Amino acid sequence: MITIQHYLFLSAILFSLGVIGVMFRRNLIIILMSLELMLNAVNLTFIAFSRYLGSAEGQIFVLFIMVVAAAEVAVGLAVAVAVFRLRGTVDVNDINLMKW
Amino acid sequence: MFAGGGFGTSMEALIFYVLAAITVASAFFVVFLRRPIHNVLFMIIVMIGLAGLFILLQAEFVAMVQLVVYAGAVMVLFLFVIMLLNLDQVRLPIDPRAVRSWVGVALAVAVAVVLVPILKAFVPSGTTAAGKALEMSNTQIIAKELFTTYLLPFEIASVLLLAAIIGTVILARKT
Repeated sequence: MITIQHYLFLSAILFSLGVIGVMFRRNLIIILMSLELMLNAVNLTFIAFSRYLGSAEGQIFVLFIMVVAAAEVAVGLAVAVAVFRLRGTVDVNDINLMKW
Repeated sequence: MFAGGGFGTSMEALIFYVLAAITVASAFFVVFLRRPIHNVLFMIIVMIGLAGLFILLQAEFVAMVQLVVYAGAVMVLFLFVIMLLNLDQVRLPIDPRAVRSWVGVALAVAVAVVLVPILKAFVPSGTTAAGKALEMSNTQIIAKELFTTYLLPFEIASVLLLAAIIGTVILARKT
């Protein structure tokens, strides 16, 4: 019997993997992809709650999260392309002009 | 569409565990592989696994939107950027000398450890799936809510997409 705790646990694992990806990786593109993984984990949480509480609002919110995530990925990748053209690398250790 | 009729909960459990295993394994590969192309391909598998889980949760419209938007557009955008900038070099994925990496691991473990008892303690009024058959399909339910109650956020989302398009074109222009 699959309860909501199964879905929430799976979502927590995916979210933690996304956090590891954002903190561990040096490639800016992979960091953006781990961010997408975190957003997808939250989507799964919303859909699971929408199912187990019998409301459609969770799924509406998931649609809006997808809109925002797509917009954010587009702008983030455009910034990564601009940074690459300027600095020649997407390694976050080398893009450190603003570091104190 | 009532997924329980004719299936039995053991089939649902089997499908859930298979999809969850595929999704978690692919997410693990997304984070820890060395070539960016491999990461993108495993991310596509994560999206497909999540779409399967959405269908299991009786959200078919959201599952299809996930496939079309995420796996079909966002991941293809990632692939385009990786190939445009020729970023497909094999690198060491983690930087073991940086303190940032180990702070990140500790943070992720702390997030998981904190979340587990919270999630275990959460008992909503019905922990098993609502057994009633839906009188409308998922698409109709979402359309009814989206175009009446949530019309304003829908229009604002359109403006947000317009702003993102303009910003992307300006930022990625060759100067």
